[in-house]
Amino acid sequence: MRALERKLLRDLSRLKGQGFTIALVVAAGIAAYVSTLSVYRSLSESQRAYYERSRFADVFVRLERAPDALLERLEVLPGVAEVEARQVEDVTLDMPGLPEPVVGRILSVPGSGAPPRLNQLHLRRGRWVEPGRANEVLVNEGFAKAHRLEPGDTVMALVNGRRVALRVVGVVLSPEYIFALAPGSLFDDDRRFGIFWMDRDTLASAFRMEGAFNDLVVRLAPGARAEDVVAALDRELVPYGGFGAYPRARQTSDRFVSNEIVQLRANATIVPLIFLGVAAFLVNVVLSRVVGTQREQIAALKALGYSNGALAAHYLELVGVVVGLGSLLGVALGAWMGRALLGVYMDVFRFPLLAYRLDAGMVAGAVLVSAVSASVGALAAVRQTVRLPPAEAMRPAAPPSYRPTPLERVGFHALFSQGGRMVLRDLERRPWRLLLTSLGIALAVAILIVGRFSGDALRYLMDVQYGQVQREDLAVAFTKSVPDRARRELEMIPGVRHTEPMRVVPVRLVAGPRRYETAIQGLPPEGGLRRVMDTEGRPVPLRGEGLLLGTELARRLGVGLGDAVRVEVLDAGRTVRDARVTGLVEEWLGTSAYMDLTELARLVGDDRVITGATLVVDRAQQDGVYARLKALPWVASVTRADLAKELFREQSERFLTVLTFILGAFASAIAVGIVYNNARVALAVRSRDLATLRVLGFTRREISLVLLGEMAVGLLLALPLGMVLGKLFAEWVARAAVDSELYRIPAIVAPPTYATAVLVVLVAGILSALLVRRRLDHLDLIGVLKTRE
Amino acid sequence: MDVVATPMPGNAPRPVLATEGLTKVYRMGEVDVHALRGVDFQLAEGEFVVLLGASGSGKSTLLNILGGLDVPTSGRVFYREQELTHADERALTRYRREHVGFVFQFYNLIPSLTARENVALVTDISPNPLAPEEALSLVGLGTRLDHFPSQLSGGEQQRVALARAIARRPDILLCDEPTGALDAKTGTAVLEVIARINRELGTTTAVITHNAPIAQMADRVVTLADGRIAGEHRNTEKKAPGELSW
Ligand SMILES: Nc1ncnc2c1ncn2[C@@H]1O[C@H](COP(=O)(O)OP(=O)(O)OP(=O)(O)O)[C@@H](O)[C@H]1O
Ligand SMILES: [Mg+2]
Repeated sequence: MRALERKLLRDLSRLKGQGFTIALVVAAGIAAYVSTLSVYRSLSESQRAYYERSRFADVFVRLERAPDALLERLEVLPGVAEVEARQVEDVTLDMPGLPEPVVGRILSVPGSGAPPRLNQLHLRRGRWVEPGRANEVLVNEGFAKAHRLEPGDTVMALVNGRRVALRVVGVVLSPEYIFALAPGSLFDDDRRFGIFWMDRDTLASAFRMEGAFNDLVVRLAPGARAEDVVAALDRELVPYGGFGAYPRARQTSDRFVSNEIVQLRANATIVPLIFLGVAAFLVNVVLSRVVGTQREQIAALKALGYSNGALAAHYLELVGVVVGLGSLLGVALGAWMGRALLGVYMDVFRFPLLAYRLDAGMVAGAVLVSAVSASVGALAAVRQTVRLPPAEAMRPAAPPSYRPTPLERVGFHALFSQGGRMVLRDLERRPWRLLLTSLGIALAVAILIVGRFSGDALRYLMDVQYGQVQREDLAVAFTKSVPDRARRELEMIPGVRHTEPMRVVPVRLVAGPRRYETAIQGLPPEGGLRRVMDTEGRPVPLRGEGLLLGTELARRLGVGLGDAVRVEVLDAGRTVRDARVTGLVEEWLGTSAYMDLTELARLVGDDRVITGATLVVDRAQQDGVYARLKALPWVASVTRADLAKELFREQSERFLTVLTFILGAFASAIAVGIVYNNARVALAVRSRDLATLRVLGFTRREISLVLLGEMAVGLLLALPLGMVLGKLFAEWVARAAVDSELYRIPAIVAPPTYATAVLVVLVAGILSALLVRRRLDHLDLIGVLKTRE
Repeated sequence: MDVVATPMPGNAPRPVLATEGLTKVYRMGEVDVHALRGVDFQLAEGEFVVLLGASGSGKSTLLNILGGLDVPTSGRVFYREQELTHADERALTRYRREHVGFVFQFYNLIPSLTARENVALVTDISPNPLAPEEALSLVGLGTRLDHFPSQLSGGEQQRVALARAIARRPDILLCDEPTGALDAKTGTAVLEVIARINRELGTTTAVITHNAPIAQMADRVVTLADGRIAGEHRNTEKKAPGELSW
């Protein structure tokens, strides 16, 4: 083995603590990146594959009723490849053990006993429904699991006023209900929303729909534009009470699935990218300093005739071993954690097959970023040395200036011992070195913050939503519009203390070329249960004829205060009106418009009718209230605010807990690696001076203070800087997730998150200080003075 | 490569190394330190030259420039027909690698390598080297092959540095105080080695020392003072190292 290779091995074994921690930083950066990004890729790829295989429709439309004969016309519309007519009915289920009413949705499957051609079902257990056998149903797996339903069980449903026992014969998955959201709900709740598939003839006879359909799914011809087909369908279906066709992107389940995936992308691409970038940068800085401590050796080798290329190769080998080790560890760890994380998602995304994929390009990219950054760092240090003539580089680097620094001149240094002055002078003369060290530690603090902030943001969001915006106990949605006085019937239920009216009008808002389908929520101006807040968090009064828009909706429509918006009501009447935007409201959930209830009635041109109500109820009598609400034929659904909050928390935290834990662990590893290496480099740079001081009679304590003082200054500068950087990163991530129509993430970092980040770094600092202190106690005084390293 | 073949001025015998009007200025803030102020120096083939001079007189600076470890501020440097003055980085590296053996004033051993491995650093990259063990035996360290620099005394480290310099059988051997840390007996032994290399292999040799009696073993003695050549004389009778009085 050549002497230079031996040097490499010796250096590696001497630097093993540092090398290992640097490798750990590399590994943490790569693992954070690989694990989350691979999960994101696996999910979006599984989604795509599932849609493809199950022939998921491109356009959807609901209508009142149309004869089957119409299909022949619809099939030949330009851009349409295939249509499938269905009957879809919502019913109320009576599930044992649940006081509140449960919504059931029954979809028809072709009467011939053949499976549907579009939105094909995946049979998990049991068998297919047999035509002619009354009341046999397939049930979606989520509901089956939540209620432990097996083939052979029955479910009681209120079908068109009659109690019917649905006989479960099979359990299925549907691409249409990967996320099962009950009408009007923002959360998937498998306990309170069940989906069933039933033979078409049986369903038709129960609802008097023989020879007709009320739901249509369409597959586009290759190259066709969804908007064109939507427009054509809307035209054709006007006489049949079409509710407005919509493309796949507006289909509820797809929206939620895609949103979750987009959401994950924010957490899974930007955050890990920050991690990878920070780790790469830190490795760059640390390696350049580690190599920098070998300045005189590099110069000597060069004086002996080693070429720059040979020296560069020598240090690249060192980097290669460290980064190679880190990469191996990082990819292995990343793949393992990615698999575990995907397991968590498996329970949520009901894809028949969720395959983990780790693509080579992603891994190569991450490894390359780390390797290049590390190499650049090491080479920069080598270059700094070989640029000088060897005679000069073999001496220790001279301090850049010998003039007294400003602090020295004002006598600040007199406050310190000679050793302290030594450090101060050096810190003042090479401020960039201190700043770089501090920046490194600050970045570690920042990623600790950004890894945890999603939790803070969601908690804040929930507090605002359920503490200030939605303050009712129950929200009731009606099956149809009713006069406001119908609320009196609700108020008569024992236990109901207060009710407020609510009206939801589905509309299409049009501003110039932009359009957006949403709903206008009509609220009573005097009400206190549902409020809208402005961007400062103050309630906005609902007065006057204007429209209040959520900021996200305004952004999407490209309108601002005072602009006009065309309102197309999405009902059979298709009223079109103009309205003016009189306020913008901060809305973290959904994208809605708001209006005074009375003004809304005037706008759409009818009486003051309501489509729902919010209720304050007596806790003790809650069950009784449910029972009574269930019995009312015009009540479609009842939402408990506490339950919604709970579901929301569950839904967001099931990912966040794992993700935050993973990112937190990686961030801690990076923080420890950086702080420790900074301490070691400071020790290496100073050990000669410190040994000299010891020889001159300084005590261990005194020289420790010199070095630890330097570390403390770096750390104290880093903490506030890191908090600021962390907040900036959080804002960046929050903004990247703004795409989401369903909810947006406020850039909120809670004090405990700051505290945790600071604590982790402080603990790393203290541990490193102890290690350094131990080494200082064993400084080899003689050896250090004898060799001129 | 920037090595330009330029005919050397002057007459035979041709010097191996030559400088013309060499100056070196270290600029430090407002102060300029003139380490060399116009040095014309020649080293003939096979010659043994000793450089004397007070501390700070510019000996190391001159030797470093001759060895391609540093570049002059002005003046010219030649190795045989090649001008080194404006030679680039790679040419200088090749020059050191192929022709020069150097003992640095501060040894500059690699702390993580043993004595043998420090010598091997040079033999690894030279075409026709001595075995590291052989080079170390020549300086009397044949039994300390596997010791690290921190396990050796200052004088022993100095001898490892010498072994490292001679191991490549250089054309030119440049030694900056090779006996500075040695007692008379060891010093003599080290000088014996240098003299033998010079004599037997015909290696052109320049040695810096503070020890005037050592000058008696040289062909020629050059004295520097304040960055200039202050005196020069040729020994009519060269003494063997053993005959020197320390
Ligand atoms: N890198 C440098 N920066 C500034 N001045 C330098 C540098 N190197 C040498 N000098 C100055 O140049 C002058 C000559 O230095 P040199 O090392 O050549 O002296 P020397 O004759 O070898 O002395 P010694 O016998 O003490 O080794 C000295 O005044 C020294 O202070
Ligand atoms: Mg000198």
